[in-house]
Amino acid sequence: MTGLHARRRRRVNAFRYVVFTVFGLFFLLPLLAMIRFSLEGSTGGSWSLSSWGQIASYAGPPPLLSGVEITLELAVITCLVVLALLVPTVIWVRLRVRWMTRLVEALCLLPLTIPAIVLVVGLAPIYRVIRQQFSLSALQLFWVYAVLALPYAYRALAAGLEGVDVKTLSEAARSLGAGWFTVIWRVIVPNMRQGVLNAMLLTGALVLGEFTIAYLLLYTNLQVTLFYVSRGTPNAGVLFSTSSAALLFAFVLLLILSYVGRARGRQSERSKVSK
Amino acid sequence: MTGVEVSLRGLHRRYGSVVALDGLDLTLAPGELVALLGPSGCGKTTTLRLLAGLEDADGGQVTVAGADITHVPSNKRGMGMVFQAYSLFPHMTVRDNVAFGLKLRRAARAERDRRAMEMLELVGLTEQAGRYAHQLSGGQQQRVALARALAISPKVLLLDEPLSALDAKVRAQLRDEIRRIQLEVGTTTLFVTHDQEEALAIADRVGVMRDGRIEQLGTPTDIYSRPATSFVAEFVGLTNRLHGTVAAGSVNVRGCVLPLADPATPDGQATVLVRPEAVTVVPSGPLTGTVIAVTFLGASSRITVDLGDTTVLAQLPTSEATALPAGSAVALTIRPDPVLVA
Repeated sequence: MTGLHARRRRRVNAFRYVVFTVFGLFFLLPLLAMIRFSLEGSTGGSWSLSSWGQIASYAGPPPLLSGVEITLELAVITCLVVLALLVPTVIWVRLRVRWMTRLVEALCLLPLTIPAIVLVVGLAPIYRVIRQQFSLSALQLFWVYAVLALPYAYRALAAGLEGVDVKTLSEAARSLGAGWFTVIWRVIVPNMRQGVLNAMLLTGALVLGEFTIAYLLLYTNLQVTLFYVSRGTPNAGVLFSTSSAALLFAFVLLLILSYVGRARGRQSERSKVSK
Repeated sequence: MTGVEVSLRGLHRRYGSVVALDGLDLTLAPGELVALLGPSGCGKTTTLRLLAGLEDADGGQVTVAGADITHVPSNKRGMGMVFQAYSLFPHMTVRDNVAFGLKLRRAARAERDRRAMEMLELVGLTEQAGRYAHQLSGGQQQRVALARALAISPKVLLLDEPLSALDAKVRAQLRDEIRRIQLEVGTTTLFVTHDQEEALAIADRVGVMRDGRIEQLGTPTDIYSRPATSFVAEFVGLTNRLHGTVAAGSVNVRGCVLPLADPATPDGQATVLVRPEAVTVVPSGPLTGTVIAVTFLGASSRITVDLGDTTVLAQLPTSEATALPAGSAVALTIRPDPVLVA
């Protein structure tokens, strides 16, 4: 019987490795090809960092650094807006109006079903007003990014809330004297930390990689800047080095965010145990 | 804090077309522990939730120490509550859980820690102060929940089937512990349970509920020995239903003449309710039959006797029951305690 289980486990593990390898290759090969192309020299078979060097030496306009800065700021603002909007909503829906779960889910998933170009057509008049009434800054993109991030952030938060007995915990906290804000902020949110972190990662990834809407609404973020970098040079390799740079930038940033979030969680648990 | 009087008057609550509470009246004396007992859906948990402020009543009034709190939100009622489900905050240590209510009341850190440790000592868990909920057993979690509820010196303690998720042994231990602590702190307590043994063992008074009303409220002895209605008699403890003939305030059941709890019962055929303890084995008696099953209960045993047209349960000391294996012929009689007509 044990042998049978071991054989079965080995088979499942082998299947797992095959699936991971196939999908890994599917995602990695084009990326590796892109990086390889960006490293090709001017003559066949030679290697060069000149495509990457042109990113570093690019003076603008628009300046590369301001693109990085504006995108990071956008990522932070969008994360905050999405969390401020969705965290109380998912908790409230779970607690008080559970019958609205499907409706809220459908509303949050709606942006997935609308192509970016259609969104831009609809948003153009709104952004005309925003430009006239409020500000010309690209930071105003957070409105549309918050909408775009809804489906991903909602799923992450809903999944984070799955394992939490929201009703009992909130009733326990209420009976001890907690108001609703305290219930949400000090009792429920700390128990859905992973969901909040995932929602932030997904929202951040979306903002860091967004090009279409920013470009079509005539704003300049990191992706748009990189597009200008690649367009401003006759070297085709720059097109690929900028794409690789954008990808690596987002990847490294998300990795740091994820690591910091997890490390903080572990640290706070350790400090509480040793108290 | 010493106990306060709690009064629920004419409470009504509906869920759509379902009536959960139908004009419920209940008063708890200061420091008293009242257990609400009843089948699922009888309204006992709804009563507790209305008292806690976790739900709103459609009608009626809730007063605590004379103050009307019917429309006071739950976080302003100052009531401690222990839930059926484990309710410790998973991201906090045991100490932080117990001190949570005090923190909300802006107690100084030293005072919070002192009080938390005092409460943990009361439930015997000082050693676990630095642990998290997932590092505790179910019984320990409920004891911490009790300490947390008591830490805020609640006016009223509400226990919503706190033992139902625990195994039998832990359940009995914790039940006794809850009673000891309740007597020690003197907090007026409402305990909701569907377990009759638990209710009878722990409460000063037991309220048996049915269809949103209290069918009978009395001491455990009253409830068990002098049930007011056939529903109470059948819900609390085991009952034999035997046919008899009512005449002049007593009933004749197969030759045993028994006084009626309600002497005004009209004459004629009736079904009476007889406790198994009232059925005793005698060398020769009016009821004769064959033992068909013996159930060992510890110090006592229950035998099932086939009387031909019906069966009857009798509860005997185990020493007597062992002499009556299945298949033995037996004679029984019924002790002449007042009986209820179904």
